[in-house]
Amino acid sequence: MEFDVNIIVTTFPLYLRGLGTTLQLVAIALACGMLLALPLGVIRAMEYPWLGRMVGAYTYFFRSTPMLVQLLMVYYGFGQFKWLQAQWDAENRFWLLFREPYFCACLAFSLNTAAYTAEIIAGAIRNSPVGEIEAAKAMGMSWSLRMRRIILPGAFRRMMQSYSNEVILMLQGSAIASAVTLNDLTGAGRTVYARFYAPFEAFVFTGLMYLLLTFIVLGLFKLAERKWLAHLRPRGA
Amino acid sequence: MDTQEASKLMVNGLHKRFGNHEVLKGVSMRARAGDVISIIGSSGSGKSTFLRCINMLERPHEGSIYVNDEELQLFSARDGMLRPVSEKQLQGMRTRLAMVFQHFNLWAHMTVLENIIEAPLRVLKVTHEEAVARARKYLDKVGLAGVEDKYPAHLSGGQQQRVAIARALAMEPEVMLFDEPTSALDPELVGEVLRVMQALAEEGRTMVVVTHEMAFAREVSNHVIFLHQGRIEEEGDPAIVLRQPRSERLQQFLAGSLK
Repeated sequence: MEFDVNIIVTTFPLYLRGLGTTLQLVAIALACGMLLALPLGVIRAMEYPWLGRMVGAYTYFFRSTPMLVQLLMVYYGFGQFKWLQAQWDAENRFWLLFREPYFCACLAFSLNTAAYTAEIIAGAIRNSPVGEIEAAKAMGMSWSLRMRRIILPGAFRRMMQSYSNEVILMLQGSAIASAVTLNDLTGAGRTVYARFYAPFEAFVFTGLMYLLLTFIVLGLFKLAERKWLAHLRPRGA
Repeated sequence: MDTQEASKLMVNGLHKRFGNHEVLKGVSMRARAGDVISIIGSSGSGKSTFLRCINMLERPHEGSIYVNDEELQLFSARDGMLRPVSEKQLQGMRTRLAMVFQHFNLWAHMTVLENIIEAPLRVLKVTHEEAVARARKYLDKVGLAGVEDKYPAHLSGGQQQRVAIARALAMEPEVMLFDEPTSALDPELVGEVLRVMQALAEEGRTMVVVTHEMAFAREVSNHVIFLHQGRIEEEGDPAIVLRQPRSERLQQFLAGSLK
């Protein structure tokens, strides 16, 4: 067996488009997921009796089912409902979105990462040093000011390690977008495989691209930690 | 004490329970401008709880609190403890009662300067220049000019506590509350903090200090309160109370502290 580099060279544009799709999907999911996770995480950490339980049920559901199943349910499953089909026939703009694989992937990924991120945020908030919060109260800070200036900035710094994990898992997990016909990085690999019957070349290169992306993500987190975790470095470092 | 003179801080009949255990059984205190009141007592006597009730970090069950003769409006909540009627009023009062904690409680993710300007800037809403000017002035006062850009973790305990004092001073409060400010420090670092506190007392600042430092209580404060099992067992001029204790409890306590 030999490694045919020509296959990669001729299909490179296909991979680039796939890379673009993967990056977009992951970026949108992480951004929407964070926006959703922030209030959910705060609610979960504050332990409001009913609201907290509802958020708990949400994170429990999304963390205890595979993301692939969640995606298949949104894209294929919902379309089975007569009600949704009627909306489609009526050309309702909003519900038509549920026929778009791109939208469905963004939705499923966002909800999934929001569940994990909400738990990470809640955990980081619960670990806030009690003394720092008391000092903020004693200075006359209101709840929202304490949250904004003391609790969340501390929590975000504490959660950087575990959130970098979530970002990487999301990146690798996005590979399942190809299961709903999207041509992401993995989709590109599948196309190349089908066209040339060269699975090794097709998937090794796909894997290398993911590896490179992960390397870059970890590098960015390293830089962010250098900036935001300066207060934890040993003296004089 | 002269009853005609206006009081900076007045606390009447404070009661506080933890479960069935009554920690404070009706404690009252009054501070006029320039008073330095030391609160002493063995651990478990309720002295820290009393101080923490004054700015509602602990919620008392009964009692009233006045700052500058303005009463903090409280009501009895369903859990039996008092709650402020208006969070705004409580927040306003807290800005006039700066607190210094045993464990410093500086905000770890902020530099020294950011720690000090935070509350003046965002709570008192002074300008940025004014906040920075205050920070430099009070850092200078506690002998720490030049550490503005360091993080708390990069300072010694004594330095952190002096930064915490500067942070409290930057609020330009009516009364300063100190909750065992030297108890968490290595012995060789206690002196630097006590010297700063003594300088503040000599400036005429009104201070309420929960302390184990008998020398401070004797030399610096003008009034001492001895708490025992949630009650004031004895109080008065430290020169008298600490030299000729009347109650057996205080005699025992002073004999045990050996200072």
